Amino acid sequence: MAINWFKYSSPSSFYPLAGKIIPVFMTLAILLIMGGLYWGFFETPDVLSDQKQYYKIIYVHVASAWMAMWLYVVMVAWAVLGLIFNTRMSYMMASATAVTGAIMTALSLWTGAFWGQTSWGTWWDWDPRMTTQLILLFLYIGYIALQSAIEETRRSDRASAVLALVGLAIVPVIYYSINCPDPNECASLHQESSLKRVEPNILIAMLVVTAGFWMYCFAVILMRVRNIILQRESHTNWVERLEAFR
Amino acid sequence: MSLVVNQLQCSRGDIALFEGLSFKLIPGQLMWLEGRNGSGKTTLLRTLCGLFLYDKGRIEWQGESTVSNMDTYRQNLLYLGHQNALKHDLNPVENLQTLSRLAGKSVSEEQTDEALQLFGLAGYEETPVRKLSQGQQRRVALSRLLLSDALLWILDEPFVALDVVAVELLQSILVKHVEQGGMVILTTHQALPIAEDKMLRLCLDRYV
Amino acid sequence: MFDSFRALVKRDLLLAMRRRSDVFTVLLFFIIVVSIFPLGISFEKAILQKIAPGVVWVAALLASTLALERIFANDYADGTLEQILLTAQPLSILVFAKIFAHWLLTGLPLVLIAPLAGLQYHLSATTIGTMMVMLLIGTPILSMIGAIGAALTLGLRGGGILISLLVLPLYIPVLVYGSGAIEASMQGDVSLQPYYLLLLAFLLLALVFAPWATAASLRISVE
Repeated sequence: MAINWFKYSSPSSFYPLAGKIIPVFMTLAILLIMGGLYWGFFETPDVLSDQKQYYKIIYVHVASAWMAMWLYVVMVAWAVLGLIFNTRMSYMMASATAVTGAIMTALSLWTGAFWGQTSWGTWWDWDPRMTTQLILLFLYIGYIALQSAIEETRRSDRASAVLALVGLAIVPVIYYSINCPDPNECASLHQESSLKRVEPNILIAMLVVTAGFWMYCFAVILMRVRNIILQRESHTNWVERLEAFR
Repeated sequence: MSLVVNQLQCSRGDIALFEGLSFKLIPGQLMWLEGRNGSGKTTLLRTLCGLFLYDKGRIEWQGESTVSNMDTYRQNLLYLGHQNALKHDLNPVENLQTLSRLAGKSVSEEQTDEALQLFGLAGYEETPVRKLSQGQQRRVALSRLLLSDALLWILDEPFVALDVVAVELLQSILVKHVEQGGMVILTTHQALPIAEDKMLRLCLDRYV
Repeated sequence: MFDSFRALVKRDLLLAMRRRSDVFTVLLFFIIVVSIFPLGISFEKAILQKIAPGVVWVAALLASTLALERIFANDYADGTLEQILLTAQPLSILVFAKIFAHWLLTGLPLVLIAPLAGLQYHLSATTIGTMMVMLLIGTPILSMIGAIGAALTLGLRGGGILISLLVLPLYIPVLVYGSGAIEASMQGDVSLQPYYLLLLAFLLLALVFAPWATAASLRISVE
């Protein structure tokens, strides 16, 4: 059976659909995050001494850091869809994703600072990962700032989409330059992914929490998109009928 | 050689300005665009130039959509908007020459001098545009009409800021262009001395 | 096509000649920022040499963003930008002409004045040479990426500060390798070639994509 996907590219049919799936995502998010955190907090072997239990912030820290990066790609994907098909819904999804992405980035920096303070005794370190995350936050802020600075919806949507795309094109270069500021020594700087060293139980708990974060982000993005739809479509008949129905 | 517009719809900020707009303009015709303030006259002109994106419909030049045919279309197009598109620190000759060369055509100083002279600007060739009056600046901008070989002129309120003499001059230039097989689309509150069979009237208020 | 390119570059240079103060403000800004750092940090020779690469590049970054707003703003205000968009020439070529002229007026002067900053910070002649080469490769990148930001923020209130917000994070690679090379040249025995190659690669990338992205942004903004 063929589904007409473009049917849902119109705000009036997407609005009720989003309303129906938000509770599903939210429930999944709560179950996964609670389950993952319980597993991580109480069912994983103690790899560190009792004084160092602060490491358990990684369940939030790593999940939010991953979300921050993935959501940027998701945002650009929506923006590109908007530029290609000229669908208003895609732009609304992109701008809703940006805010959640920025919040996730800020959360990862915040939890990272706490972790850093307890384990290294410093709130901030110019470690490549932290620096990349900070720059990512700047990119999100730039996108949101440009979008809110332009009053006309169409220009604001398209201009910020171009900016997001340019950002994505330069991100690898930025990432490379931060990770390898001295090109003469780059060969030795290939950091091995720290994931391999993680105890399997902890890793599973971390992945479960991350899945929960995905669900949470979906739910929140859809909620935000519903608000954007109402704002932008406030002059249309279907929104008026919606109001009357309430 | 014709401009065909079919079921055009434009909107500004989610609100439709006009919809279902269709017309056909052939060489030797002038289209007078009317409508109250805010009816979207300027938007329509900018849409026809390809500066503004339309929501629905089709614009054809020589039987081909302007989307695929944009370069040929633009070679035949001259647009004069509200702004004069003149650099205030350059003199009229420099302005006209740069604009021509940007469009891919070079004009000699004799040609620009002649055009400026016709518009009563002899003696101002070397004066920076910022020192000219509003009406004089408008006349410099209008001199481009005489230097261009574009077939289709799209003019947004070309008579604004002109005195009686210049108004008559512009009228005669428009008439001549139409008689020579050119096409004009313009908005104005000025009466146009052009035969009814050569003039198309389009009132945007009917397409809301 | 090439004729239009030349006409636009010539026009912008001519306009700058008639309004020279615009060129000098950027240059003076650079000089003042560079001169002010020692007052706030230290006059000690070793410290000055240590901070020189970063200071020079940050000053160049700031001077470049400061100048960016003007690249399209005047053309937008007087309607010539519309005419540029309406020519049958490829817009990215004309945009490239604008960027090139802009760089000649704001980037190149920084390269030429850089030895002065080098003397203030007690840099050796070789280091100053490296600094100039790096600025020569780096400042065009700044102009190109910056042009995208300028096109996107065209005609917005508070556009100037917004441009810096959008563009400064994108300048980071130039800053990292630009100042990295100067630092490396002070150590003497380090090969500078990787720095040149990386920055040149970035310049090439910018040359290919930036005019095109700027052209697309202009069409969106001028609507």
